[in-house]
Amino acid sequence: MYTQALNTAESADRDLEDAGKAAKFQARIDAEERIEPNDWMPAAYRKTLTRQISQHAHSEIVGMLPEGNWITRAPTLRRKAALLAKVQDECGHGLYLYAAAETLGSSREELVDAMLAGKAKYSSIFNYPTLTWADIGTIGWLVDGAAIMNQIPLCRCSYGPYARAMIRVCKEESFHQRQGYEIMVTLCRGSEEQKAMAQDALNRWWWPVLMMFGPPDAASQHSDTSTKWKIKRFSNDELRQKFVDATVPQAQYLGLTIPDPGMVQDAEGHWRYSEIDWTEFKQVLAGNGPCNRDRMAARRKAHEEGAWVREAAASYAAKRAQRQTAQAAE
Amino acid sequence: MATPNTPMWEVFIRSRNGLAHKHVGSLHASDATMALHAARDIYTRRGEGLSIWVVPSTAITASDPAEKGMMFEPAESKIYRHPTFYEVPEEVGHM
Repeated sequence: MYTQALNTAESADRDLEDAGKAAKFQARIDAEERIEPNDWMPAAYRKTLTRQISQHAHSEIVGMLPEGNWITRAPTLRRKAALLAKVQDECGHGLYLYAAAETLGSSREELVDAMLAGKAKYSSIFNYPTLTWADIGTIGWLVDGAAIMNQIPLCRCSYGPYARAMIRVCKEESFHQRQGYEIMVTLCRGSEEQKAMAQDALNRWWWPVLMMFGPPDAASQHSDTSTKWKIKRFSNDELRQKFVDATVPQAQYLGLTIPDPGMVQDAEGHWRYSEIDWTEFKQVLAGNGPCNRDRMAARRKAHEEGAWVREAAASYAAKRAQRQTAQAAE
Repeated sequence: MATPNTPMWEVFIRSRNGLAHKHVGSLHASDATMALHAARDIYTRRGEGLSIWVVPSTAITASDPAEKGMMFEPAESKIYRHPTFYEVPEEVGHM
């Protein structure tokens, strides 16, 4: 569900590469052609995409944790089935994305190890806790809503396997946002306590969700390379504004207040939000968010505890292959 | 003992509308049975298909993108292979 614009492009290291090939490559991008795994590409393009796609994949996998937290405590069987399906989708999204990243030449094992070693990042949003059931509604409504804003332009990304993975992801994502909003509608039509719970969740998630779009345009130095390569089609601030404009009326419908007293609607109808606290964002990225350590510990534990399954499957496959060779020889 | 990297498989699915199996993506699995089960879980959670093929990725031989011209250009000039190349008098009607 979630990519985050933390992904800075590698600076193009052109002098090491064939200038002719690079020019031809850029011409293909400009002509809106898709780049495929076996095509020639600049080393920096490969590196940028490997990092971006694998970070996106890690985010999907880590993203299962905050929501998985509520599966056993969902208020009804209907909600439980939906949440289970959603978390399962996030896992599927992670797997589509890992497969897309692997087409650039890294193995799945390398990508996963980089995450477990803390060398690869995942979206900052998953370092916040899910304290109440309303958080599950808010995640679907806002976190998935922000992810959709980010991901729709990625369906037209210049790298074919990434674009195709994003098309599949986007198709499934719409269910996530709708189920989240339905939870919010139900809470807001419920008792005073339920509505207060919904408001509390919005208060806690609003600012971290705006941070999902990444640093402000003025502060991100590398996005012009990503734009030139058509990995990125809109700037962080453009997408953030689009998201805010789409979300304010939805909050109004719910009767909830966005926790930004300074927010005003300008003459063109855009909702102008107040300054975002980028120190918090940097802190969370640096590993100091409320749940960073928990999330990493949970991923490492799952990986270690699954080791015997991978070993058993590998030795079973090896044994069977050996038996087949022996039978063929007879 | 270090576990070897899990092999990659390409997944093809035939949708219910009777079309041919179509490539949908790839996955990792130790053997063919596990690959089929994983393909079911990853690629058909919403009734996308009625039949799955899994093929070891290493078994695929692909054409070289650098030889695209040599491979495909010869067909471009042969417009007489298309029905619209031929003129049929209007009176004859749809053919």
